[in-house]
Amino acid sequence: MALLEVSNLDVRFALRQGEVRALRDVSFTLDRGERLGIVGESGAGKSVAAFTLLNLIAKPGYIADGSIRFEGNDLARMSARELRRVRGNRISMIFQDPMMTLNPVLSIGEQMVESLKAHRRISTREARAIALHKLKQVYIPSPETRLDQYPHELSGGMRQRIIIAIALLLDPDIIVADEPTTALDVTIQAEIMTLLRELCEKHNVGLVLITHDLGVVSQMTQRTLVMYAGRVIEQGPTREIINDAQHPYTQGLLNALPQMTTPGSRLNQIPGSMPSLANTPSGCAFHPRCQYRYDASGQPRRDCLEEVPEFVTSGNCDVACHMVRDMLAKEAS
Amino acid sequence: MNAVAAQASPVTTSQNHAEAESLLEIRGMYKHFPLADGFLEQLHFEKGRLVRRNEQVHAINGVDLTVRRGEALCVVGESGCGKSTVARLVMGLLSPSAGEIRYDGQRIDNMRGKRLLPYRQRMQMIFQNPYASLNPRMTIQQTLEEPLRFHHPDWTTPQVQDKVDDVMASVGIDPEWGKRFGHEFSGGQRQRIAIARALAVDPEFIVADEPISALDVSIQAQVLNLLMDAQAERHLTYLFITHDLAVVEHFGTRVAVMYLGTVCELADTRSLFARPKHPYTQALLSAIPRLEDDRPEHVRLSGEVPTPVHLPSGCVFHGRCPHAMERCRQEVPQLIVTDDGNQVACHAVEEGRI
Amino acid sequence: MTTTTATTPSRWKRFRNSYLVYSFKRDWIAQFCLAIFLCILLGAVCAPWLAPMNPYDLTQINILNSELPPIWVDGADALFPLGTDAQGRDLLSTILYGARVSLIIGFGAVMLQALIGVTVGLLAGYLGGRIDAFLMRLADIQLSFSTLMVAIIVGALIKAVFGGAVYSDYAVWLLVLIIGLAEWPQYARTVRASVLAERSKEYVDAARVMGYRDRRVMFRHILPNTLSPIFVISTVQIANAIISEAALSFLGLGMPETQPSLGSLIKSGFDYLQSGSWWITLIPGAVLVVLVLVVNLLGDWLRDVMNPRLYKG
Repeated sequence: MALLEVSNLDVRFALRQGEVRALRDVSFTLDRGERLGIVGESGAGKSVAAFTLLNLIAKPGYIADGSIRFEGNDLARMSARELRRVRGNRISMIFQDPMMTLNPVLSIGEQMVESLKAHRRISTREARAIALHKLKQVYIPSPETRLDQYPHELSGGMRQRIIIAIALLLDPDIIVADEPTTALDVTIQAEIMTLLRELCEKHNVGLVLITHDLGVVSQMTQRTLVMYAGRVIEQGPTREIINDAQHPYTQGLLNALPQMTTPGSRLNQIPGSMPSLANTPSGCAFHPRCQYRYDASGQPRRDCLEEVPEFVTSGNCDVACHMVRDMLAKEAS
Repeated sequence: MNAVAAQASPVTTSQNHAEAESLLEIRGMYKHFPLADGFLEQLHFEKGRLVRRNEQVHAINGVDLTVRRGEALCVVGESGCGKSTVARLVMGLLSPSAGEIRYDGQRIDNMRGKRLLPYRQRMQMIFQNPYASLNPRMTIQQTLEEPLRFHHPDWTTPQVQDKVDDVMASVGIDPEWGKRFGHEFSGGQRQRIAIARALAVDPEFIVADEPISALDVSIQAQVLNLLMDAQAERHLTYLFITHDLAVVEHFGTRVAVMYLGTVCELADTRSLFARPKHPYTQALLSAIPRLEDDRPEHVRLSGEVPTPVHLPSGCVFHGRCPHAMERCRQEVPQLIVTDDGNQVACHAVEEGRI
Repeated sequence: MTTTTATTPSRWKRFRNSYLVYSFKRDWIAQFCLAIFLCILLGAVCAPWLAPMNPYDLTQINILNSELPPIWVDGADALFPLGTDAQGRDLLSTILYGARVSLIIGFGAVMLQALIGVTVGLLAGYLGGRIDAFLMRLADIQLSFSTLMVAIIVGALIKAVFGGAVYSDYAVWLLVLIIGLAEWPQYARTVRASVLAERSKEYVDAARVMGYRDRRVMFRHILPNTLSPIFVISTVQIANAIISEAALSFLGLGMPETQPSLGSLIKSGFDYLQSGSWWITLIPGAVLVVLVLVVNLLGDWLRDVMNPRLYKG
């Protein structure tokens, strides 16, 4: 059994314009020590997915359907008390903005000791020793002095290291990282990512990495989930998705990268933009932007327009696309 | 002030050959921002005495750049390196502490008011955040019309309308959008509108300050294509500020790499990406997340970018540089021209150590 | 200011679909407050037609009718539903006329405050530097004078130069001037703060890059974007101005008794409170409290609507 098993997750937000479906029928699994990337552009629902994993969706959002099974227990139906035992302890989260996690009026040491003591029966001295050990693991220079410093005294990269140290504090099974390096510079991003990857490998920690950057996904993860308008549209081994994407959107996303065309020539753009979740197109949500939405005679395909595509398996990937389904059927026959 | 300006780098002479085609020249530019604004905030209590200390952020420390007509000069660097300050200085949104800016031979950094007006038409700017660069209380039509009515007071309403329609079509905006407000559009659409506003006055030179970094990947490609099309159609010259090296490789004619307010390497794009010389450029290039390799070996830099308040002595990069020696800690490296005609400011390169 | 040139055909429709209207429809307190405020406003505006008698007209006043209680108390006269004051004026009419004076002073003073405050705030916030420092210190100095002191000084000056008769003739406008002058720094500070926030946004840079002159950038680009806080603070300031007027009149520095405002009405009844004629003070007092409360509650609602950040916190 997988460590984390998300099935048919449906998250909605009750807004004044009506109900907005942020996640639709999202399913995936994560094994112990596996690194999974969730890729998508803004509005794809990837951050909602991250928050939902810890059942952190707050009003007006709610989990309408589906389950999040962690070691067989459904987080979507746990009491607040049971959830507290999981959050931070077994599954921890790294946010985009370090200051979302760090309390500006407490020193780094106080914050680390506090969360240790909240989950374990240990003395302050023991907790401090563990905190120090974790700071050393993330290669923070002069960790002893850092313990007594306040978040604002540290640089952005240093803060994000401390966030990683805090995420590792209770030896979790899974780390959920929501765009952990978006606010940082490239050189710092590269360091933090390498660090995160090494730590996950060394301690056999599962990682769910939410990002918009396909380059980061390709370097960090073993499996990738591509999201569009609240749905998963393609998932499979990262290498396969990067090298041989099946879904037209994933292909478009990869081809749009500047490194995919010779310098100076026009980039391969996807026309249009991501639909708002309140106003998702019928059928396949990508169809208005998809170049394959016409059939051989140049007519718009009815299935793309009307039916939500089911997953079909192509190689090791699952793809939700009518065009891919037809191609596979043709190959088989 | 004069003393500072006199330090202008020795490169100036070697660049003379380029001067014929140069459109914009920045010479010996410095920009400091006071850290504490008011008199009271400058007072500090030290060793039992009240001292007035006027600390400054050294955003730009002696930058020389030439933008040649028709090229896209990219300025790259990490946050705090002063690249956006360069853009704002060029556009006159800030005035330099020292140095001069010449546009088409004319000094523009000390111009004010009416005299500057013709240059406001010739030079335009595109901003980073499409969510803030459109006035929320103005319709798209008003946004595009205002610059035209301002710069061409003699135009009739149909003339203005023709131009608005024209520029809307050239950036791919539906004319129907005119009646709507900025907040009704997505980031990519807003950036198109902002580009339309800049193009409305028919500029020849555009400063683009991180124009695509706030956008999604698929939209980035659209906007970048739009900028390249506009360049081809209108023979534009770009000063393109970005932190994204993949974009630079695709878009730039030449690249200036900045670190802590100084240019550390200036080269044409192809040779910079093929053979980066400055250790910082090397680290920067190796840090780009590539699709191909799943276990990258990037150059590890120790430490982080120092604050521009207390600049390091000597080479600003020496604290993080794997090749730093005693000379780097003491002497500020000047831009030197290498055999391939590019420029690099590094003692190690000059001495042939790397 | 420049006029809006482009056609905006569906302004009313946009307004109807706006968040403002939406949240108003869902907030019964706001609806209730607006209803009461409109009632008082209507009563005040239409006082000459609604009021049973004209308290300014001495021929209609009979001293024999003085200190009659309201109709729900024994010994009342049905002609005077809320009773009469010490001079025999019908209290209902006097309150309607008084509310009129109070509201004129409230709105007038706020307009003057807004005019001075917005201009100062805009200049200080946009130009910055020494001008900013000078204007804001000026505002600080102004704030350190209480409204009362300004009233005493201006009132004494006017009375000394032009005499008491002129003072009571122009009392309404003098109070507008006094309260307007005393409380403009509130506006200046609010506007300056939001101008500072707006000035750092890129659309202002874009306008400057276009070569627009400072005046155009300030009034056409920045000012329209600071309207929400101006709107919010205006409601609070109207309530404050009405209270200031009442306080000044109560202390005898405001409206003369012959042209009663709510404040001077309260004051005129205060002497009779001990003798049992409580209604002369308490009824206008209640009207004043309700008026100010309603305006403040509307202001709170408006602030919640227009500042969503506050909403979450």
